[in-house]
Amino acid sequence: MSTITEQKQTTQVYRVFIRATPQAVWDAITTPEWTERYGYGGTVEYEMKQGGSYRHLPSAEMVKAGEEHGFPVPDVIIDGEVLEVDPPKRLVHTWHFMMAPDLADDAVGTITYELEELEGGVTRLTLIHELDGAPATALMVSSDEDPSSGGGGWAWVLSDLKTLLETGSTLAG
Amino acid sequence: MTRDYLVTYSAGVTDDDRVFKALADPTRRFLLDRLFVRDGRTLTALESELEMTRFGVMKHLRVLEDAGLVVTRRSGREKLHFLNPVPIRLIHDRWIDKYTERQVSALADLKTELEETA
Repeated sequence: MSTITEQKQTTQVYRVFIRATPQAVWDAITTPEWTERYGYGGTVEYEMKQGGSYRHLPSAEMVKAGEEHGFPVPDVIIDGEVLEVDPPKRLVHTWHFMMAPDLADDAVGTITYELEELEGGVTRLTLIHELDGAPATALMVSSDEDPSSGGGGWAWVLSDLKTLLETGSTLAG
Repeated sequence: MTRDYLVTYSAGVTDDDRVFKALADPTRRFLLDRLFVRDGRTLTALESELEMTRFGVMKHLRVLEDAGLVVTRRSGREKLHFLNPVPIRLIHDRWIDKYTERQVSALADLKTELEETA
């Protein structure tokens, strides 16, 4: 992990325009059938109410890769608490990444998804990741390294989500 | 507000022209580099690092925003500017992967070598 400098970078904002309805984008973010098909994969479980739970479970590939590299993948890789739900427009939940021991000292962050319907069947998706006290997580989610070696971060995940919704297949094919 | 959406909308869903155009200016690349180092800055903070009028900096930020490279959010009374890396990622996936990253890095190496010997 590279040295963390004094920079005070506590919030990251990502935005992408997707040719799909807000409902389709919402489903792609919140249902396991969709989340296993793009980005890093794995399946989500949302209890869609304020105070409900959020869990992201690893895919079989993640568990296998973990075994191959000699580190155990936990049964739940990310968990959190749902703070706000307004389908298909707004979802806020805490985000606690538990797969990497080097992030253990980081504070728990908050993710906000904002979905806005624009003219022409386009959804503007904005992801806001609040990362107060989570410098190692901030580096991970903004990584521009190769996704096949674990990099890519949110920019890659959202690009893959866009590609999947618009073309029916992902960047990896 | 509606007009803002239309501008951003056309930037987001047409081709990559706006992104390439936005990146084709050294001041705008400088602004993106500043945001990369420290994200979520006000106009005043960004302006202080450039020998340019406030109006000039605003114009450049507007071009970056229209291209989707900068996203602004309000925080209390302040308007904060955030670097949005997604359009660059999309161009990367569309263009760089296509012509293989190996060739691009070979060219980057060549450029570094030429510049060092120059």
